[in-house]
Amino acid sequence: MFKKDFPYFKNSNIIYLDNAATTQKPQAVINSQIEYYEQYCANTHRSNFGDANKATLNYENARKTLKEFINANKVEELIFTKGVSESINFIASSFAKKYETVIISSLEHHSNIVPWHMQGRTIGKGLEVVKCDENLSFNFAHFEELLQNNPKAFVSVTHISNAFGKIHDIKAITELAHKYDAVVMIDGAQSLAHMRVDMQDLDVDFFAISAHKTFGPTGVGAIYVKEHYLKDVEAYQTGGATIHEVTFEGSTLLDSPYKFEAGTQNIAGVIGFASALEYLNHVGYENIEAIEKDVYHYLDEKLREIPDIEFYNDTSDAIGSRSFNIKGIVHDDIGILVDKMKIALRVGHHCAQPIMQQLGIKGTIRVSLAFYNDYKDVDKLVEALKRAISMLKD
Amino acid sequence: MSIEARVEEIKEDLDFFEDELQKYEYIIDLGKKLEPLDDEHKIPANLVHGCTSQVWLIVEKKDGKLYFTGTSDAIIVKGLVYMILQIFSGSTIEELKDTDMDIVHELKLAEVVTPNRQSGVIGMIKKIKEYANKM
Repeated sequence: MFKKDFPYFKNSNIIYLDNAATTQKPQAVINSQIEYYEQYCANTHRSNFGDANKATLNYENARKTLKEFINANKVEELIFTKGVSESINFIASSFAKKYETVIISSLEHHSNIVPWHMQGRTIGKGLEVVKCDENLSFNFAHFEELLQNNPKAFVSVTHISNAFGKIHDIKAITELAHKYDAVVMIDGAQSLAHMRVDMQDLDVDFFAISAHKTFGPTGVGAIYVKEHYLKDVEAYQTGGATIHEVTFEGSTLLDSPYKFEAGTQNIAGVIGFASALEYLNHVGYENIEAIEKDVYHYLDEKLREIPDIEFYNDTSDAIGSRSFNIKGIVHDDIGILVDKMKIALRVGHHCAQPIMQQLGIKGTIRVSLAFYNDYKDVDKLVEALKRAISMLKD
Repeated sequence: MSIEARVEEIKEDLDFFEDELQKYEYIIDLGKKLEPLDDEHKIPANLVHGCTSQVWLIVEKKDGKLYFTGTSDAIIVKGLVYMILQIFSGSTIEELKDTDMDIVHELKLAEVVTPNRQSGVIGMIKKIKEYANKM
């Protein structure tokens, strides 16, 4: 019912089920970017003529929109980045590097693993991984043990697993971490597309956000930094618009967020991101959550009709992504054939190789839904899967 | 038959199918024709680089010609392996060294397989030439 808001669906007959990779963009998001480029294209925070002022105003209004959207305390707590990867790398190198131990979960995307390896951390040497059970649920007992053994750790965990759709109870994780004086960063790449997040309620210290996985433009994201930590976060990169004064003897930087946003930003992208958030407000999370829950369960039910299907978790505490394999068939083969049947999904390790290794598999077939997907999409998917399987089986 | 002639033959077979899925069905059937490869040959040294799926290729020299055997864990790739073996197996070392054909282009594989698979095909040909150069 919401597909009509997305030009992609008017122009394409593809059944789009790769939303964990990126989401489609509503007309309003596209329009807002075109409007910037066509009507008031100018740099922000520098020049003082009319269009420059308008661009700056809209850019800063986007920050306000995001602040309201996630219920941050202040706009200063929100720094625009080019995406979740940059957000995590930024905090890893500008803040978390001084922490002796970083604790991550078993379900992390490579974006929340590789930055820690780059700091020379390996298991038992500055990096710990919380185990998960056979339903991929976060093992709180193990987490507490790690927190006890590694006081004042830096906890960095994903909210929703991109590969399996598993939702971590980040409120409970944060509460427990804070009990042991740990600081918490959440990889929220998948979050905003599926559910409302409230920084006050969750009480997390850092929260990484993706625009393009939230119906906004690519190349934009943000990091929420709780005000308390702003003074301790160092500038990750410096340059134009970050400074208060520069002489050949030295430079003084502005306050947050400006000191962290070096160089000309993705102005159209940030403005487009605000449009995406406004669009989500218009649709309403109550609708999004209701539709997704319904279609997600329908998807599970229909997939279970396929003989020899193997899942790695059930649908409890899960949303968006559903990962599976067909016994005796390499997932790559399925990916190729369903693509020819106009189904867009992803096969492979989904940038989460460690959990695949733990499960003893090379990858999965992943279907990832957004609120615009419906029963018909699921029916066409299952039909295509059945046909592909019959072609591949002897 | 020359390598060029064998490529032409496979090209004609593939061109017969207008429907992409039918073309895949044909490639899958080719894969099913592949002789199984003994597990003892499925070792890292025989792996082809550049493939998203695992592909193993081994070589045997007989009467001045090189004979290749290979397989993959993915069925569609098995079909591609079959085609590559049909083209190159049984050629002389000189023929293999001299060949400089853009097989992906010649067989119009770019229309059928993803860029990852294409680099897999290129990887197989590289491995075959590597074997020829070592002989």
